[in-house]
Amino acid sequence: MDLSYTPEQQAFRAQVRAWLEAHVPAHPLEHFDATREGFEAHRAWEATLKSGNWGMVTWPVEYGGRGLDLIQWLIFEEEYYRAGAPGRVNQNGIFLLGPTLMEFGTHEQKQRFLPPMASGEEIWAQAWSEPQAGSDLAGVRATARREGDEYVLNGHKIWSSRAVFADWAFGLFREPGSERHKGMSLIFFRLDAPGVTRNPIRKINGHVGFAEILLEDVRVPAFNRLGDEGQGWHICMATAGFERGLMLRSPARYQVAAAALADLWQARKADADPVLEADVVRAFMNAEAYALNIYQTASRLMAGAKIGPEASTNKIFWSELDIHLNQTALAILGAEAELLPTSAGHDWLDDFIFSLAGPIYAGSNEIQRNIIAERMLGLPR
Amino acid sequence: MDFTLNDEQTMFAETAATLFGDTCTPEHWRRMMEQDTAFDAARWAQIVENGFSLILLPESAGGLGLGDLDFALIARAAGYVALPEPLVESAGVAMPMLASLAPDHALLSDPATILAIGPACNPVVAHADVATAFLLERDGHAYLATPDQVTLTPAATIDPLRRVFRVEWDAANAQDLGAADWSLALDRAALFAAAQGLGLAQRAVDLAVAYATDRTQFGKPIGSYQAVKHHLASAQVAIEFARPVVFAAAAQLAQRDIFAQARISHAKLVGLEAADKAARASIQVHGAMGYSWEVDVHLFLKRTLALTGSWGTPAYHRNRVAARLFTRPAGPDQTFAREA
Repeated sequence: MDLSYTPEQQAFRAQVRAWLEAHVPAHPLEHFDATREGFEAHRAWEATLKSGNWGMVTWPVEYGGRGLDLIQWLIFEEEYYRAGAPGRVNQNGIFLLGPTLMEFGTHEQKQRFLPPMASGEEIWAQAWSEPQAGSDLAGVRATARREGDEYVLNGHKIWSSRAVFADWAFGLFREPGSERHKGMSLIFFRLDAPGVTRNPIRKINGHVGFAEILLEDVRVPAFNRLGDEGQGWHICMATAGFERGLMLRSPARYQVAAAALADLWQARKADADPVLEADVVRAFMNAEAYALNIYQTASRLMAGAKIGPEASTNKIFWSELDIHLNQTALAILGAEAELLPTSAGHDWLDDFIFSLAGPIYAGSNEIQRNIIAERMLGLPR
Repeated sequence: MDFTLNDEQTMFAETAATLFGDTCTPEHWRRMMEQDTAFDAARWAQIVENGFSLILLPESAGGLGLGDLDFALIARAAGYVALPEPLVESAGVAMPMLASLAPDHALLSDPATILAIGPACNPVVAHADVATAFLLERDGHAYLATPDQVTLTPAATIDPLRRVFRVEWDAANAQDLGAADWSLALDRAALFAAAQGLGLAQRAVDLAVAYATDRTQFGKPIGSYQAVKHHLASAQVAIEFARPVVFAAAAQLAQRDIFAQARISHAKLVGLEAADKAARASIQVHGAMGYSWEVDVHLFLKRTLALTGSWGTPAYHRNRVAARLFTRPAGPDQTFAREA
């Protein structure tokens, strides 16, 4: 164990920092889930990132990356959040589908899909959940009927973040007549394809970023299937491992928030309940613990290990620490907590509302606890 | 940057876990309690024979010259069996302190030495009845005393396998070793208490998993019910996010700066909180059995309680984290910060 950065890693940090300082927009962009303009502004930012070759640093050079390791990725993420750079509008693509494509895709599929994903030219949404298949994802009913070199997709997908504005979706479909975990395939489709209808759903924060997706005889080439026919469930679980275990929520996000919380406390403590200091310290420790856990995971993966069911512990930990952190901020703000912010600065209220989604998306925390109990601890199903 | 354990560390810790697991079983705990003892001379001899008491002693003093992380892994294994013998405080804290104050002291040449340690922050001294000698704090100095130079009064305590004593002594009758680094002793002791917490926590979870798999109600193992699963999953989450903090604290202890101290304090807090959470979840999962003396979970709850308050209370350690948070930069580029 050696918890110091090498000179090369320090130089890399300096390089990232310098580039971000020169390029991060001076004013925050409108949220990518708020309006089409906000979404496109974020797409433009992805193009700026690509111009510096920062789209997805861990990917091989030939697919639009820099071929860097996971420690360098963590350093990049730390600098990214530290600089207050815009949120990644293509996070479903680069952080979830990307690593899965890397593992299960053919060379042709990687060449076709990864570079425009890294550059933001093609922005992705996830189309897994259905009205009758939420936590019980194996209950998916949407079908993919094979016709020659094509699939014909039918069904009803829901809770697809960013699907209102995104270009592509990766969805879970089953062979007609198949049951449960068998017969499912992971298939890509364009969200503007004939037969696709997108209906926006407003979230509790007022944004319209969710969509339900109706598919009616949508034809896609068989090339758009990732992995083997019927391997969809297995691939989805691999994606979920990355989602929950490593890439969806950078520790840096919470470390920045914890530092801002400490500043808020220092500025307001004269008027706040002194007992809250323990919560401020706790929020800092939680963010640090999450960072250390991710460094441990990154080191393990670099030594050849694979992400396992322990990914579910991450998802519980970051989602719960996020709520606690934002609740502490609101408690410090006291009687002003309900007021929408009038100036630039940390929007604790918005972050608090968003944090409440954490224990729900990417597999509810109840499902994660089942996974931990059954697959880590070995309790009976 | 590398957050992995090396093969030697893993193997050494596995050797310890095997030794402890073979000799420190529920039958042993019960026999010791029946015999009203908290020290097994045969097991102590095996611990010494395997070199576990020499890990932190410098090679010049006949030790193995290994690091805090190596010892933390042994301490975790000790926690997993609620080890009664004084390995952690004597070999992890007191003996290294003596080695730095008196490198040629005769006590250092015997690996079976049990050196009890009495810092000002602890009201009682653990394992004093089996100590070869005592290292005691007064006005920042460390004093070495032999058993005949101190008066011991047993203090009744909740943990049946960790005896504690009030120690009366006169500085005039003890050997003044001079000004000592008691903050290093506290850092080490807090770190190793945290590491024991990881072991205590995992054992409490494992005991509950075994029980919940075996015990049936309403025609099914109780471990198949989500209410039971979720208690234990939550405890496991606490362990998973305490472990890297404890390991990092061990790797950083030698920095001896405000960042390392804050991380050690963070480790002490979350290591023992995980143990508390796991022990209480385990008692709940065991139902009425969990409230019985017969089921061993209470030993882990009680050891957790004993370690939580010693070598700095939770409030003390929280304040050390606060001192780092409010006087030094925080943020994602500061995770592994050190004083320039």
